[in-house]
Amino acid sequence: MAEFTLRIRRYDPSSGEAPYWEEHTIELEPHRSVLEGILQAKAKSDGSIGIRCSCRAAICGSCGVRINGQPGLACHTHLDAALAKAKGGVIEVEPMGNMPVIKDLIVDMDAVHWKKIQRVSPWLINKQPIPEREYIVSRESMIDVTQTAACIQCGACVSDCLSMEVDPLFVGPAALAKSYRFVGDPRDAKHEQRLRDLAEDPHGIYACTHCFKCIEACPKGVAPMSQIMRLRRIAGNDFHIEDRNNGERHEMAFVKNVHKNGLLHEADLLPDSYGGKFHPRAVPELVGSLPVITTALLRRKVTIGKALGHPHKAPAGVKRIYDIVEGRDQRVELNLYITGTDEDSAPAQPEPAAAGAEEATTS
Amino acid sequence: MPAHDVLIIGAGLAGQRAALAAAQKNATVAILSKVHPVRSHSVAAAGGINAAVNPADDWRSHAYDTVKGSDFLGDQDAIEIMCREAPGEVMHLEHIGVTFHRNEKGEIDLRAFGGASMKRTAYVADITGQALLHVLYEQLMKHHEVIDRFEEWFVTSLVIDEQGACVGAVAREIRSGRMEVFSAKNVILASGGAGQCFKPTTNALICTGDGIAQAYRAGAPLMDMEMIQYHPTTLAENGFLITEGARGEGAHLLNSNGERFMEKYAPNKMELASRDVVSRAEQTEILEGRGVGPDGTGIYLDITVVPKKRTLEALREIVNIGKDFAGVDITAEPIMIQPGMHYIMGGVKTDVDGATPIPGLYAAGEVACVSVHGGNRLGANSLLDTLIFGRRAGEHAAERSYHMPMPEAGRERLAADQELVAEILARPKSGRRVSEIKEELGTTMNRYVAVFREESGLQSAHEVVRRLKEEAKTAYVDDKGTVFNQDVLGAIELGYMLDVAEAIVVAALERKESRGAQFRTDFPERNDAEWLKHIDISRDGDETPHVSYSPVTITQWQPEERKY
Repeated sequence: MAEFTLRIRRYDPSSGEAPYWEEHTIELEPHRSVLEGILQAKAKSDGSIGIRCSCRAAICGSCGVRINGQPGLACHTHLDAALAKAKGGVIEVEPMGNMPVIKDLIVDMDAVHWKKIQRVSPWLINKQPIPEREYIVSRESMIDVTQTAACIQCGACVSDCLSMEVDPLFVGPAALAKSYRFVGDPRDAKHEQRLRDLAEDPHGIYACTHCFKCIEACPKGVAPMSQIMRLRRIAGNDFHIEDRNNGERHEMAFVKNVHKNGLLHEADLLPDSYGGKFHPRAVPELVGSLPVITTALLRRKVTIGKALGHPHKAPAGVKRIYDIVEGRDQRVELNLYITGTDEDSAPAQPEPAAAGAEEATTS
Repeated sequence: MPAHDVLIIGAGLAGQRAALAAAQKNATVAILSKVHPVRSHSVAAAGGINAAVNPADDWRSHAYDTVKGSDFLGDQDAIEIMCREAPGEVMHLEHIGVTFHRNEKGEIDLRAFGGASMKRTAYVADITGQALLHVLYEQLMKHHEVIDRFEEWFVTSLVIDEQGACVGAVAREIRSGRMEVFSAKNVILASGGAGQCFKPTTNALICTGDGIAQAYRAGAPLMDMEMIQYHPTTLAENGFLITEGARGEGAHLLNSNGERFMEKYAPNKMELASRDVVSRAEQTEILEGRGVGPDGTGIYLDITVVPKKRTLEALREIVNIGKDFAGVDITAEPIMIQPGMHYIMGGVKTDVDGATPIPGLYAAGEVACVSVHGGNRLGANSLLDTLIFGRRAGEHAAERSYHMPMPEAGRERLAADQELVAEILARPKSGRRVSEIKEELGTTMNRYVAVFREESGLQSAHEVVRRLKEEAKTAYVDDKGTVFNQDVLGAIELGYMLDVAEAIVVAALERKESRGAQFRTDFPERNDAEWLKHIDISRDGDETPHVSYSPVTITQWQPEERKY
């Protein structure tokens, strides 16, 4: 047994008072969860602490909160691990972000999370004809979409999505991962329509800024950002969808830019995103982008000199990565549930990798 | 005041399936749940769903295994219906999007499960319940125009009219504290089990027997309440479930001598005997001093014999549970488990269409007792039960609504429940805390009403429950607010749990034999001559449980000695 101090963010909307912090001391074994700590405080000293919870085992998705500023499930965070990251020896628990608070640690998920889920037509639109028995589909395809079907809708990814903070209309990591669950499903008839819809939406797949926050936050290894990148690859490479938001071209501009320079060359990025400096669209687009260019210049992100010259050349290693990836017949999409073959992990062979590496998803 | 043809209470698999079936039959439908539907406890079902989908299989074989698993207490007409309709239901689930694991031919793959004579369990890794529940919720979102959802509403009472029919329910909107009466031609209870009467339990905090108690209070009989399933593999640490799928994939159970002790108890099926048999075997090993762990109260589950790739692919969730909640890498070392309270076979007595003896009141899923599980439920039959009888209840209720006028649930019940809430909020701090009473209930039930039971222990349990019922009347709450007052709901749930616990104890005292999950050390044999019958518990107006009996329906399988 050890003593822990929890600093819980309290808020009662009916009181008319502002939110405040309240400390509770609890006694539990260090590997018990933060949720158990909160439940002890609730049972022993103050039953009015509000938190949604049910299964205690990270499967129902109820207890999404922020612990020491990081989003996650309270039942899935050990007290000792939380303490290690705490400031001043006090574990801070507060409601998730990007969603309005209803009471204490309870947020309004309907207003944000579920509304966005509903946005992506989150149900299978069957490929016709529907067979009498099951659809015959590959084993890998079902395992693949099971990674996104494993999402428990806890909202941890939504809580700290930076793009959503800037653009509240962004469809967001959870809903886009949900969309991949259908786009990746061979039984769904509307892959292209789904992708076109989310590519053309200015708040859709190209509004993600690759910050990795959602991958870090997800307690179930869904890796929402990786699923968003897969949606982009399928939209661009397989369906050749060029969206009006320049999302696809902007993405390809990065690919080209790094191939050429090894590093990002900002001055090329913008024109390349419009199809190159000599593309007929370049001039009007560049004129439209003048405020962005001006800001970049003022902040010294780009200088006139650098814009004209190419200070970097891609090293051979970078070129090799491109050659290998582009030389493949098929795109390789790694997945949590697809972990290589039995032969790979046979005792005679060296262990393939640590669990973390096996879980690595797309990149 | 909302009014619907069919009002469904509870939005787990049984409730959502009932809602979709009733809407399909053009009934107006409301589905109401105290948690968001995807938080329902169906989400925790791991291993899979049984159905004779393999052309080499036969639903009769599934039915026989189920009858045998039930220790011949299951009603065979209901079991036949469930097993015959199972393959069609699994195909339906596949068509609406469930990502069932496939074999190399691209067909639904099947895994071995306890008590089954062949591989018959369709699965999605070890998150089958979650996969099913989320797909059904996708369908609720798709059909949002015809199914009204009342998410985070807590039911306080069923409304029974003067003719004795169920005509609605009273509920509290948790977010606002507003109370409302819902009128309905039919009410389907689908609010799950009562695991929180026990501590520890694999069940979620929301499994507080609400529906069982609501129906009981409204005069409906409860059946098979003594039959409480202890799952053989729950984490010794905290009671969490380790799926039977682990043993289905080949994992071993070992005692402190490193022996696969199931050889002694079930030489043919070994670790895959039915759950009551395996749990008893484990408890016997523990009681005879061959348990593992610091105080010898555990058993080792050895999953390292399963190929690692298979474990990572098909048992991913318990890899995480081992790592996160016990600090054990199950692919590298055995994990300590023990039998733990998991499921209640009993519940509100229904016919094969989910109808209870109260007109207009249906029940489906764990809240109900059809009885397809009898004395012991087979693993992967519970998801099936929820879906088959959820659908049948939804369809039957929709049809019943066609030719009747909308009743009006009077406001008397609403006023009474509003008074109850006010009374709870006004209680002085002189009584016990709700949480204390709940804790004492759970540990008492787990001590006396567990794998092995006997008269004096059950009597002690009964005395404790009766005392706690008195204490609960003055148990106080801290939260006096209206918004998300979980404290006041906890006090009401405590009342539900105590009613259910009393019915369980009374039924266990009544059955003076050993059958299925009920093992009486003072009556260690099964006694078909006297006890091949259901025990029904009801209360007629007063608070005292009354015992009566009803016959077991036998169609084609006569009781025989049960060996695995």
